[in-house]
Amino acid sequence: MELLKDILLQLSMAYAPSGREHTATEIIEKFLLKYTKDIKKDALGNIIAVIPSKKTNAKKIMLDAHYDEISLMVTNIDDDGFVKFTSPFGVDIRSLLAKEVIIHGVQEVFGIVSSKPPHLLSDEEMQKAYKVEDLAIDIGFNNEKANKLINIGDSITFKARTTNLKNDIICGKSVDNRAGVTAIIGCLELLKNINLEVELIVLFSVQEEAGTKGAKVGAYTVNPDTAIVVDVSHAFTPDASKDETGEMGKGVMIGISPILKREISAELTQLAKENEIPFQTEVMSDNTGTNAASIQIARSGIPTGLISIPLKYMHSPCETVMLSDIECVSRLLAEFVKGIREGETI
Amino acid sequence: MIKSVLHRLCSLSGVSGCEDEVGEYIVSELKGVAEVKIDNLGNIIAFKKGKQRSLRKVLFSAHMDEVGLIITKINDDGYLRFSTIGGIDTRVLISARVKVGKNKVNGIIGIKAVHLLSKEEKTTVPKLSSLYIDIGAKNKDDALKYINEGDIAEFDSDFVEFGDNYIKSKAIDDRFGCLALIELCKKELLYDTYFAFTVSEEIGLRGAFACAYEIKPEIVVVVEATTAVDLADIKGENKVCSLNCGAVIPFMDKQTIYDKKLFKFATELANEKQIKWQTKTKIAGGNDAGAFQRSLAGIRVLSVCVPCRYLHTPSCVINFYDCEHTEKLLFELIQKLGGESNV
Amino acid sequence: MFNTLEKLINIPSPSGFEENIAEFIKMEISPFVDKVYIDILGNVIARKTGMGAKIMLTAHMDEIGLISTFADEQGFIRFSTLGCPDLKSFVSNKVSFLNGVNGILGYEKKCELKDFSFEKCFIDIGVCNKEEALALVPIGTAAVINSSIIMQNNKIISKGLDDKIGVFILIEVIKKIAGSPNDLSFVFTVQEELGLRGAKTASFEIEADYAINVDVTSTRDISTDNKMAVNLGKGVAIKIKDKGIICHKKMTTTLIETAKSGEIPYQLEVLEQGSTDIGTVHISKSGVICGGISIPARYIHSQNEMVDTDDVNNAIKLLIFLLEKGIIFLS
Repeated sequence: MELLKDILLQLSMAYAPSGREHTATEIIEKFLLKYTKDIKKDALGNIIAVIPSKKTNAKKIMLDAHYDEISLMVTNIDDDGFVKFTSPFGVDIRSLLAKEVIIHGVQEVFGIVSSKPPHLLSDEEMQKAYKVEDLAIDIGFNNEKANKLINIGDSITFKARTTNLKNDIICGKSVDNRAGVTAIIGCLELLKNINLEVELIVLFSVQEEAGTKGAKVGAYTVNPDTAIVVDVSHAFTPDASKDETGEMGKGVMIGISPILKREISAELTQLAKENEIPFQTEVMSDNTGTNAASIQIARSGIPTGLISIPLKYMHSPCETVMLSDIECVSRLLAEFVKGIREGETI
Repeated sequence: MIKSVLHRLCSLSGVSGCEDEVGEYIVSELKGVAEVKIDNLGNIIAFKKGKQRSLRKVLFSAHMDEVGLIITKINDDGYLRFSTIGGIDTRVLISARVKVGKNKVNGIIGIKAVHLLSKEEKTTVPKLSSLYIDIGAKNKDDALKYINEGDIAEFDSDFVEFGDNYIKSKAIDDRFGCLALIELCKKELLYDTYFAFTVSEEIGLRGAFACAYEIKPEIVVVVEATTAVDLADIKGENKVCSLNCGAVIPFMDKQTIYDKKLFKFATELANEKQIKWQTKTKIAGGNDAGAFQRSLAGIRVLSVCVPCRYLHTPSCVINFYDCEHTEKLLFELIQKLGGESNV
Repeated sequence: MFNTLEKLINIPSPSGFEENIAEFIKMEISPFVDKVYIDILGNVIARKTGMGAKIMLTAHMDEIGLISTFADEQGFIRFSTLGCPDLKSFVSNKVSFLNGVNGILGYEKKCELKDFSFEKCFIDIGVCNKEEALALVPIGTAAVINSSIIMQNNKIISKGLDDKIGVFILIEVIKKIAGSPNDLSFVFTVQEELGLRGAKTASFEIEADYAINVDVTSTRDISTDNKMAVNLGKGVAIKIKDKGIICHKKMTTTLIETAKSGEIPYQLEVLEQGSTDIGTVHISKSGVICGGISIPARYIHSQNEMVDTDDVNNAIKLLIFLLEKGIIFLS
């Protein structure tokens, strides 16, 4: 678990806003090199790593996790050097006020998100949730200097900072979905000395937060026989309903949904039971809102499964996971990959 | 201004009612430099001998405490309910990081994920009572291993230098004031001067009332960080005061109409010494001067402040330029107030 | 008789800027008291020494006003308030700054009156740019509404009757009282409208046993849903309670008994909104036994307030009667 913690901490500190993920590819490739030299990047920035099988015509299994993170985008620099922005990629606006951000311009520019303070607001205005238009980023430069460092369209992410809570819980930015990336690397570690019956392809995809775009393209390129998507899902917090959330510390959330292959969900459940890997079931009635939605209908269609890591405070700068849950995912993925034999239809 | 001392002061724990850590540091800094005593409430009162006796009793004051939170209840599921100490805008608490209790346990202020909100919930600000602190505890018993009900939680926020000489940190209000006083106290002063580092300003100027009674000064200069609203989309007088425009000498705020003679003296002195200064363009805020002025049979008060954005959040922002001018003005004042007949 | 009142009204004294009226009051009462001085915050304190228990009588010298905080690019002065004026009544009326400059209180054209807020107001002194404005009215200059006193039908109509009517009453008491067994301190306080500030420090210094203040109170007779029992012209109001104090039972009983035995018409006052100087006096040091005498007034804090001269005369009578008899009992 120490290895997983170390990987997650390093990944969480890296910046990869949707559409501008290049700054994080180096560190991810560094981790992958331990397991294979066959690492490519495609046109969109998806990282595709292949761990070959000794068998010829082996079945292709793809494990996918998106490595982009939620972000904002610069729309204007005002006369006093304050930066206005838009939020197209899922950031929880409520969590922005007074927080530290990085504007990825010509260089990384530090800023604080600011808005009208309470004494300038009426009681009524104080009750209403503020909008993106009410916010601006204070970077401490005047308009002229700001324009030299930043351009309209530059990405903005939360500033990286991880915190350790009790019970091996990690809190940081972009744990959605560096936790998924970590889990897959953990799986590779468990498989490293095993001769695989299948060709294992790892897709670390881009632009999931912008509409699962990387996965669509990646799945087309890889064209696997089976795909498992690893992402995060909501863990219970006191103000949420138990009906809508999983539980942190209770292990892998195995997805069941109309778009996921039933046999894969069942196989994952069976493997978890046999190997005493803690798990819970996550039933969704829709397309899951993950890369699985795009992968399933790539090319002629790809049988897809989904497993998720329970995570609290999604899309805030304080996303929180328990390391033991990530470990469970790594173990289950490894069992799944090991278990696929020649001739099996899944 | 020595940035490293400000950094140190800001990083100490000092939520109203629990200012000990800050107090201990200040006492250690003043050792050998002034006569120091600590009163019943925890106020630090220092007396610095000058070259000559003073015509009048002059006190320079700053408060040690910062706003923060207090744990009111530990739920069965291990989450902590809390209340605010001092005025904090609920909106900045969402997703904030905190340190809880004597052991400074890491925590975050959590809220239901945005995807799970109903339409109405999306348009309103959550109430303070619906927020909670998550320290990662499994349940109440687990939480009790690390913290207790009644523990204080402070903002967990780094000291960052950014932009063109800007500084961001928690507690700049009023550790800047404390720093300014420490630096003044270490200088060679012309006149005997008193210094007070007060407690509990944020919860009703409480320490200052006791200090006034104890010291019985004739003039008090309160050194503070005051709210600057020179932000995006804010125009004209709504800015109140601005960064990069020098020390703030207010003529009035919500608590006090400052002594007119002292105000005139300070502004004329600033002009004479070419110290950049500004006044507040809106009547807003208040500080220990409100307590001092209305204590005993009345005390004459002046305030000299550094303009500060985002007061009472984890991310107070000031500019080094303003700090320099504020400190310069304070030094000029301290060398005059004890002896000037025209004050 | 009301000449003195007119003089008081004509000396502007917005909260925090009471120096001029303080000097006037000091000169007016000096011949009638043993000692008079102005304290650190600007309160005027006058003593008539006596052997008995100490009584402090207060009325506040300050009136509501405005203070300039900014001049915008078009030369309009932006301001904040001193106290809580009924600003709606000031719109389009004359405003006078303490340095002699006059202006009109304007309201931004495109803003609806139903969303009235003082931030949409400005003072127009008739210049076209920021520099000219600041040259005439530097930041921090105080102002009052400009209005002259009118007297008709036993009524006085004027700005600032809160609380110059109280000041006037105390001045008349000082001039007319024959003597008292008590030790009397008459305090003309500052900054009452900003939170009873002058009274707080004055009471600390004086350490009175009893205190009575003279201020205005609202009336019921102009609106049907006002819960107050007080009406204009129906007698001096004896305060039971306001927002800042529940008056000491024995004090209110004494005042009522005194009114009855002097055949002075009186009413009882329970004021839901609004505090007066005794709100802070009664909790000074170890506490002070307090009561209040109030003059019923309409349109308080507006450009023109109204009181009845009978009520004023009855208040003077009641106070003289009470003080000449003396207060000796209370414990």
